Amino acid sequence: MKGKLKDYIYRPEYECMTRSEMENLQSERLRKTVEYVYRNCAPYRAKMDEFKLKPSDIKSVQDLYKLPFTVKHDLRAAYPFGFYSAPKSEIVEVHASSGTTGKLTVVGYTQNDIDVWAEIAARSLAMAGVTKDSLVHVAYGYGLFTGGLGAHYGAQKIGASTVPASAGNTIRQLTLLRDFGATHLCCTPSYAIFLGTEIQKAGMDIKDFSLIGGAFGAEPWTYQMREELERLLNIDALDIYGLSEISGPGVSMECMQKSGSHVQEDHFIPEIIDPETLEPLPFGSEGELVFTTITKTGQPLIRYRTRDLCTITNEKCACGRTTVKMSKVKGRSDDMLIIRGVNVFPSQVEAAIMNVAGVSPHYMIYVDRINNLDVMEIDIELAGNLSPDRVSDIETIRKKVETEVNSYIGLSARIKLCESGSIRRSEGKAVRVIDRRE
Amino acid sequence: MLVKQLSVFMENRPGRLFNLTNTLGKEGIDFITLSIADTKDFGIVRFIARDNEKAYKILKNAGFTVGITELIGVEVSDRPNALAEVVALMDEEKINIEYLYSFVLTSQNTAKILMRIEDTDRAIKLLQEKGIKLLSEKIL
Repeated sequence: MKGKLKDYIYRPEYECMTRSEMENLQSERLRKTVEYVYRNCAPYRAKMDEFKLKPSDIKSVQDLYKLPFTVKHDLRAAYPFGFYSAPKSEIVEVHASSGTTGKLTVVGYTQNDIDVWAEIAARSLAMAGVTKDSLVHVAYGYGLFTGGLGAHYGAQKIGASTVPASAGNTIRQLTLLRDFGATHLCCTPSYAIFLGTEIQKAGMDIKDFSLIGGAFGAEPWTYQMREELERLLNIDALDIYGLSEISGPGVSMECMQKSGSHVQEDHFIPEIIDPETLEPLPFGSEGELVFTTITKTGQPLIRYRTRDLCTITNEKCACGRTTVKMSKVKGRSDDMLIIRGVNVFPSQVEAAIMNVAGVSPHYMIYVDRINNLDVMEIDIELAGNLSPDRVSDIETIRKKVETEVNSYIGLSARIKLCESGSIRRSEGKAVRVIDRRE
Repeated sequence: MLVKQLSVFMENRPGRLFNLTNTLGKEGIDFITLSIADTKDFGIVRFIARDNEKAYKILKNAGFTVGITELIGVEVSDRPNALAEVVALMDEEKINIEYLYSFVLTSQNTAKILMRIEDTDRAIKLLQEKGIKLLSEKIL
């Protein structure tokens, strides 16, 4: 039930450090990491030599900006194991993420890296109130994707009962959630909303569930989606962030203040850069998120460009943690659509849609080029609880969506209202955009 | 005094109407009336079933966007100008009819007119004053 969740700080000695303590720790760990990758990872040694940098040039976090960036392409070019810093014999687990194009991005984890991952995932789940008495239902996919195992490791480290349900088979998910009395759910936010809408159809009642909270991530989602999710499942829903290249879910996590996600800074140094000029930006500026791992040994990454766009703030958080907070991811710099010269993020469209009563958060954006002109169509489901009698009422909803979208993105889009349930649900990351332009 | 009707939102594409009628048909739902208001992208299917409540439950569970609307129903004799006379009454009082449809039961020699009206209370009062026979769900 919403409001029942009691969050706590899992590792106060790190999560509540003073700024100078944190910077000292980061500097010490950064120096070690730079030296380690220079010695053990051929691509990094080549990069640093090219920049005429020696490990001794990096004395503290203030020197971070001197180091070259790492991009996804670098990892793919070294496919499969060329980016390892550790000997292959030390690697105990391999994950990989598929891109829309080309090769898999492979990440090798040593036992140390798995321990780091379990630690940050445990800290994250503590923010959602998971204790050893909790029952955590993990409906992320288990496999090469890091979602399933990440949540799993975190829940087990805390000592909670962990149900590795994995993705798929919605009726079975709901039955397990209800019958086992799960207190927490971990999956993508779009799948959580889908589960919520299926409860009634499955002939079940949310009152028979014991859920109080959950950690939802692996795709960007808006505050309006949170309201929908929290209403449907009657829980507190928190945003968990991660990416397999850095570590799975838990790189950052929202506390119960629900206003940004705490970055586990003693393990990952975040930066915000301008994606065009690549210059570091001050706190509060929107830009691309960059991470440097400072405790990993299998495949540490230096200034890895995530492509995720957000802001970072160091404002004091009421929860007591002193780590910096990142805003919700607004979009990915490579997810961005350029339509008639205007930058459009699916998350903006979603935020616009969610301002209109009478439609659901399920939508799909289609982009076509007709007579050399970019044309955007947004298909969106009408809310299931609407009473649809007058054509004019439906038209009013459609026009409202049109107006909202136009004011959010500064472009007109054709809005098509669809039947409830007609837009394909994904059980992993939601597909929101189909770009059919040649 | 009012007649209950179900309204279902439907995309305007092949297979949708079959899906609706089949979902209800295989559960033994009998339609009394059915009409469709259509636009380019979508339609609204309006119908009265012999068991509206059961039909509503079936559609809700199957995930349709369905609502219940209350209409004014009147019975007139099945002869020329009968509909016009009812509409004229509304006209005189400047009562706006949002939509209307009618059907005839051959066994009874009467025509039934179903209307959605902006100001339902005023329309009912007027029809009663003029002695027009109003339908309830049972009469259907």
